[in-house]
Amino acid sequence: MITFWFAILVLAWVLYFVLEGFDFGVGLLAPFLGRDEHERGAAIRTIGPFWDGNEVWLVAAIGVTFAAFPDWYAVLLSALYLPMVGILLLLAIRGVALEFRGKHDSPAWRRRCDWLLAGSSAGVVLLWGAQLGVFVHGLALGADGTVIGNGLGRSLAPLLTPAAGLGALAGLLGTVLLGATFLALRTTGPVRRRAVALARHAGNAGTVGLLLAGVATGSRLTLVAAVLCFIAGMLARQGREGGAFAATALGVAGAVLAVFTAHGSVVLRSTLDPLWSLTRSEAAASPSSLKLITVAGVLILPGVLAYQAWSYWVFRRRIASERIPS
Amino acid sequence: MDVLDLTRLQFAVVTIYHYLFVPLSISLSATAAGLHLTWLRTENRKYQELTKFVGKLLIVTFAVGVVTGLVQEFQFGLGWSAFAKFYGDVFGPTLAIEGMLAFFLEATFLALWYFGWERLPRKLHAATIVVVAAGTLLSAYIILAANSFMQNPVGYELDATTGRAHLTSFSALMTNEVVLAAFPHTMAGAAMAGGGLLLAIGVWRLAADTGFRTLARLGAWLTLIGGALTALTGDHLGKVMTAVQPMKMAAAEALYSTTTGAPFSVFALGKLGHEKPFLTIEVPRLLSFLGTGSFDGTVQGIDDLQAQYVAQYGPGSYVPMIPVAFWTFRLMMGAGIAGMVLAAYYLWASAGKKSRLPLLPAFLQRGAGVPGWAKRILLLSPLLPAAANTFGWIFTETARQPWLAFGISKVADGISPGLTSAEVIASLAGFTLVYGLLAIAWYKLVVHLSKKPLTSEILDKSPAAEPAPAY
Ligand code: HDD
Ligand code: HEM
Ligand code: HEM
Repeated sequence: MITFWFAILVLAWVLYFVLEGFDFGVGLLAPFLGRDEHERGAAIRTIGPFWDGNEVWLVAAIGVTFAAFPDWYAVLLSALYLPMVGILLLLAIRGVALEFRGKHDSPAWRRRCDWLLAGSSAGVVLLWGAQLGVFVHGLALGADGTVIGNGLGRSLAPLLTPAAGLGALAGLLGTVLLGATFLALRTTGPVRRRAVALARHAGNAGTVGLLLAGVATGSRLTLVAAVLCFIAGMLARQGREGGAFAATALGVAGAVLAVFTAHGSVVLRSTLDPLWSLTRSEAAASPSSLKLITVAGVLILPGVLAYQAWSYWVFRRRIASERIPS
Repeated sequence: MDVLDLTRLQFAVVTIYHYLFVPLSISLSATAAGLHLTWLRTENRKYQELTKFVGKLLIVTFAVGVVTGLVQEFQFGLGWSAFAKFYGDVFGPTLAIEGMLAFFLEATFLALWYFGWERLPRKLHAATIVVVAAGTLLSAYIILAANSFMQNPVGYELDATTGRAHLTSFSALMTNEVVLAAFPHTMAGAAMAGGGLLLAIGVWRLAADTGFRTLARLGAWLTLIGGALTALTGDHLGKVMTAVQPMKMAAAEALYSTTTGAPFSVFALGKLGHEKPFLTIEVPRLLSFLGTGSFDGTVQGIDDLQAQYVAQYGPGSYVPMIPVAFWTFRLMMGAGIAGMVLAAYYLWASAGKKSRLPLLPAFLQRGAGVPGWAKRILLLSPLLPAAANTFGWIFTETARQPWLAFGISKVADGISPGLTSAEVIASLAGFTLVYGLLAIAWYKLVVHLSKKPLTSEILDKSPAAEPAPAY
């Protein structure tokens, strides 16, 4: 039961990072790939119907974490207090900028929203990447499962490690690739052309970076990521944009999976003493709660997946900038 | 302030802010659904314009509700991790089910509706907004059930070794008598909130289009009916609350000694203590009626309850902040009544048929229209239900003190261990700044949208000429 819920939980986080990853990427790239208001509008319109549904995967992921592993939820969020608050604030700015942009007719308003969207998307991606890095590295958990410290440094310190820095970079790379391949797939005209070019360059740069990192650390997973990155860039160049997006999504999914399973049954590693780490079974909820959410999940989630898929089908057409009204 | 008080303040600020937008989303989605169905039935273009207009207000409001709701989802772990561990078994599944059942529905179907005008068959398209409206009710119910556990814990047992609450019955949690009473009350309050907004916009733009007159009258009816329902449902909620948390009702009246046929003070001047305040305006025996349903009922006083709780739960103070409880309760009712008065005035003065009553001044004549100064006052009508909702929640949550979950866990035991004041000050400053900016942007956008002619809503581009998908 615990393993089953751990699998569901990882699935929810993977879906969140892949799905919202592409809309982070589009938000981040829109002002760069769109040269005028129409082109930017077209780029942002590709995620208009999806971003909120994507973000609910975060609600689901954190909800399932809370439901199935309450202690994990509690320890993680309070230990990473300030970075999490930062993410939430940036997500607030981002969602509102995205939704408010097209509702106002003034070009200045739209330009401001574009830059707020790009800036907050970049910030969120860097912070999430850094946090995933921290996950792999571990936190200074004490014997009672809490992080003690003074002032602001208590929850900011974990961000100042090399693991966090690497995580942030990887997050940025993954997002740029996801965003570029998604835009290549969903737009026409100049935005599409520039997105393809970017996907190619980012793919090449990513491949080199990941190869170097893989050789340096001897991590096989990083080498696999390098190969996927290369494939994505290559498919984008050949105009097979669906394939390019799929390869990128696979790469990001693999990376998130690797982070969550890095320490086996330990869900939160203590850097002070391995005995103080939090394990799956310690963090899990009672059997009756697990049973309840199992029943609820089995009844509800297939429906969710079905209507979300339907909505992607309804909005499957490419968006052309010439048709975005001012 | 120590870290506990700061964290409480932050919870209050962030939650109240969320709840400024949520009632609007709930009632605007229901209104949009109603208008959309009316348009389908009557084929009257005015209703299509209004549907699109209300839909834009909804989208803009919903976005703020979503991003602030996301913060709520994390708050229990950020600031209240000890509480999250204690209560996680009950609250976690509830939140997870809310997300899976309601939020996915709302988010996906709102997008299908908003972007789907030319893409979906007409009936299917109208159904999507109905699903959104149902989704908002569903999420409100589930989260209120979680809150009702804190007011009146049911469906759990305490684990003997860990001292934590374990869920034993989800259906008991969902049919808590408090949520059964609080849901209709909050939904009536939500209807009022949306009504106030539509009334103000309609009155402001009255001259521009006949559609706005329809909007104003619709808003006024929503406010009036919602208001009457808050009073009815609030009366019932008060009885449930007196039964499960007698201290709350005693605090709401600053009633220190147990009284039979207790009066209700409409107003008080002076210190609320054991002595009678300097000046009070009382309605005899009304408190007994509100609390027990009988004018001769007995309402327990603060002193007796305190003694009883000390015997039951051990030493300590079980008395919440009396002036806060006393005044927020009155302000909730007062703001609601003021909102109803405004709405009733508008309906009367703007009625189609004119009739003169001899003694009334001109502006109070039925069908006489609304003079400029009265319009300006009517523009305040969104603020009154918002204030009533806010005061109602402050009352509900602060008069539960010192308990977090009544009778089983105290506020002081819920905070995240290790959390520092500096961190909470930083996050509180961040929330205040960002939320403040969001509110300004929301207000500007609503004003901008309201200024556009209603007819511009229909001239929307048709995406029919889009290129075929090529993958
Ligand atoms: C427009 C909003 C509005 C209006 C006009 C009223 N209320 Fe209210 N009230 C709320 C909005 C609200 C609320 C925000 O929705 C609360 C907070 C918690 C809850 O469940 O509902 C609430 C709580 C609340 C409670 C506390 C419940 C508890 O602590 O468990 C009581 C006893 C009442 N109300 C009673 C009334 C009465 C007798 C009213 C008579 C006019 C009234 N309310 C008007
Ligand atoms: C949206 C409506 C709500 C509003 C406006 C609201 C308001 C408040 C306020 C004003 C406080 C501060 C009380 C104090 O300082 O003692 C508070 C505290 C709290 N509320 Fe609510 N609340 C709402 C819903 C909920 C719900 C649904 C829960 C669900 C479990 C909840 C859980 C808490 C917790 C954990 C605290 C902190 C402990 C405390 O100080 O009492 N609230 N809330
Ligand atoms: C303190 C506890 C609360 C939590 C954890 C919470 C959580 C959330 C979340 C995550 C969302 C965004 C959903 C999305 O992405 O689509 C949301 C929106 C919503 N919440 Fe809350 N909420 C709380 C309090 C309340 C209360 C007390 C009510 C109603 C009585 C409420 C009703 C709603 C509704 C109707 C929406 C959808 C409409 C909108 O986004 O404005 N919430 N909430």
